[in-house]
Amino acid sequence: MSMVYFSQFERFERAAAGTPRWLQALRRSAIRRFGELGFPTTRQEEWRHTNVAPLAKAAFQLAEPHANGLTARALAGCLIAELECCNLVFVNGRFSAGHSCLCALSGGARAGSLAAALQSDPGALEEHLARYAPSGENPFTALNTAFLADGAYVFIPDGVVLDQVVHLVYISTAPDGAVMSHPHNLIVAGRRSQASIVESYVGLRDDVYFTNAVTEIVAGEGAVIEHTKLQRESERAYHIATIQAAAGARARLTSYAVLLGGGLTRNELRVLLEGEGGECRLDGLYLAKGTQHMDTRTTVDHAAPHAASRQLYKGILDGRSSGVFHGRIVVRPDAQQTDARQTNRNLLLSDDAVIDSKPQLEIRADDVRCTHGAAIGRLDEEALFYLRSRGLDEAAARNLLTYAFASEISSAMKLKPLQCQVDLLLLNRLARDGRPKEAE
Amino acid sequence: MLKIKDLHAEVEGVEILHGIDLEVNAGEVHAIMGPNGSGKSTLAKVLAGREGYRVTAGAVLFEGRNLLDMPPEERAREGIFLGFQYPVEIPGVSNMYFLKTALNAIRRHRGLDELDAIDFLALARQKMKLVEMDENLLNRAVNEGFSGGEKKRSEIFQMAVLEPKLAILDETDSGLDIDALKIVAQGVNAMRRPDRAMILVTHYQRLLNYIVPDVVHVLLDGRIVKSGGKELALELEEKGYGWVPNGAEKRQPVAR
Repeated sequence: MSMVYFSQFERFERAAAGTPRWLQALRRSAIRRFGELGFPTTRQEEWRHTNVAPLAKAAFQLAEPHANGLTARALAGCLIAELECCNLVFVNGRFSAGHSCLCALSGGARAGSLAAALQSDPGALEEHLARYAPSGENPFTALNTAFLADGAYVFIPDGVVLDQVVHLVYISTAPDGAVMSHPHNLIVAGRRSQASIVESYVGLRDDVYFTNAVTEIVAGEGAVIEHTKLQRESERAYHIATIQAAAGARARLTSYAVLLGGGLTRNELRVLLEGEGGECRLDGLYLAKGTQHMDTRTTVDHAAPHAASRQLYKGILDGRSSGVFHGRIVVRPDAQQTDARQTNRNLLLSDDAVIDSKPQLEIRADDVRCTHGAAIGRLDEEALFYLRSRGLDEAAARNLLTYAFASEISSAMKLKPLQCQVDLLLLNRLARDGRPKEAE
Repeated sequence: MLKIKDLHAEVEGVEILHGIDLEVNAGEVHAIMGPNGSGKSTLAKVLAGREGYRVTAGAVLFEGRNLLDMPPEERAREGIFLGFQYPVEIPGVSNMYFLKTALNAIRRHRGLDELDAIDFLALARQKMKLVEMDENLLNRAVNEGFSGGEKKRSEIFQMAVLEPKLAILDETDSGLDIDALKIVAQGVNAMRRPDRAMILVTHYQRLLNYIVPDVVHVLLDGRIVKSGGKELALELEEKGYGWVPNGAEKRQPVAR
């Protein structure tokens, strides 16, 4: 089935004239690697609970760069109200200048399309691009690198504090057949710089398509980076993503991942704490219903001493949906005084929903503090009764308790407009899914 | 207002109530007293519609309508309020949002306009004074981290906001020190009205020093075995529950 990808790769490469040689070499070795690895099967431990056979079978086509009829109204629905930000809008993985709103960033920082940066400043990209998220083990990362052409490039020089949020808006629309896109984002944050980046993935309609995204974040010494991901793809879409972050000494990385859409989602976050005293705080929320499948993976790699990591992931599963949480913490021999904590809590709203939660600790240093906990539960009957005994109908009571469970994640978000947006998405989603309200 | 006839109920297959008869009229305050395990809380929960409490026989009429057919929320909207023995903590839901949602559900049911946030806040502030409750608790999550006394005050505060026709207060006095008890009792007394009835479920007579009931019932082993005036509570306090004759054949007629 990989043949479809090879023939498309040939066409893709022919069309991409003028590519720097190093990038061409990267792509070629990536497509070879993809050929060797092939699509994973559930016989592989890493993919045991996530079956990508339907994705492998579908012959996704690279989207035409300009196939879009995005209306202003549809675009507005993809943005975040009242968020002071510049919007980089991508349609089917390709930057759309006409829909974007680029603002002047402070202190020589830049945020623009990767395709443009590859034209204007390929040298700056060479040392970073596809270096943090290598194609070695993950066929999807290999596929992304093979088709690497566009995405966002955000560069924040040393000491610069961005006063605007950078919002990357990936909009997919596939009215004429199943398309795929391979967005690649590179965020390079200099020493003591500060920035907040939001990635949104939105499906305009109920289309079948495949988003295969890779984001690389390099946070220099003392940098403070906040990364938020809002995934609200079409419920028939496939969404596979890897976010690979490397944090230097005393850098602080905060990540929020909110997964709402997609038929099959696998969101992998890998953080390398490579400098002494680095910190990361990773929060996530996944809401699945119907037959949605959501797989969240994290790897926090403590490679230096005195670093701290916190993880809180919450899942809400309804209908016949399934979820996976696999949280891995690695503490390397030198990483003494590591403080790593991981929590995963899941709420099952139906008898048919399933969740596989698995923590994995690999500790090779002796003076560390690592804790993890996983819980799977249902709505508290006594709390439901309490709410109903005060006059709330059953659906409203269930929704309120479910929202309360989720709001621990949204309420931790520092950017108010973002928090409001997530709350709104949650409430709309719960109101839609809740049993029909009784006539009053 | 409330008529209970030969009510039998079971929890997890075990019958707890073995035939309760009780009639409560508007304006009356009834106290139901009894030792632990006598079925007092079960009766309160059956009246409020807690799932898992199965009525196997008998009938309950509330203002002439079959109460047992109604889901808990409809009972609340019709005017029944249960003050919980153990109010539930609900992290992530603010008291304010919760109570405004509840009040508006009840107001809609009664054909009244919903209150907006400003009007609700004004009402809430006024009602909080009744139980000397700290206004900050409005913005906190429902009962989360509240002390025992704060939880009970909050229950009475909720009752004051929701203005029920029939309030059933389950062990509202438990876990309260004497000062808190007085404040709670004061709040309850302020809500006594000719068109409102109350049922106080309690283990001890102490509460009844501050909220004087019209009728006192003794519940033993799932049956009301004696009913009388407020002096019955004092007699119980003095002589203990062992003094009350047990068994269905010795049951006293229900006081009116």
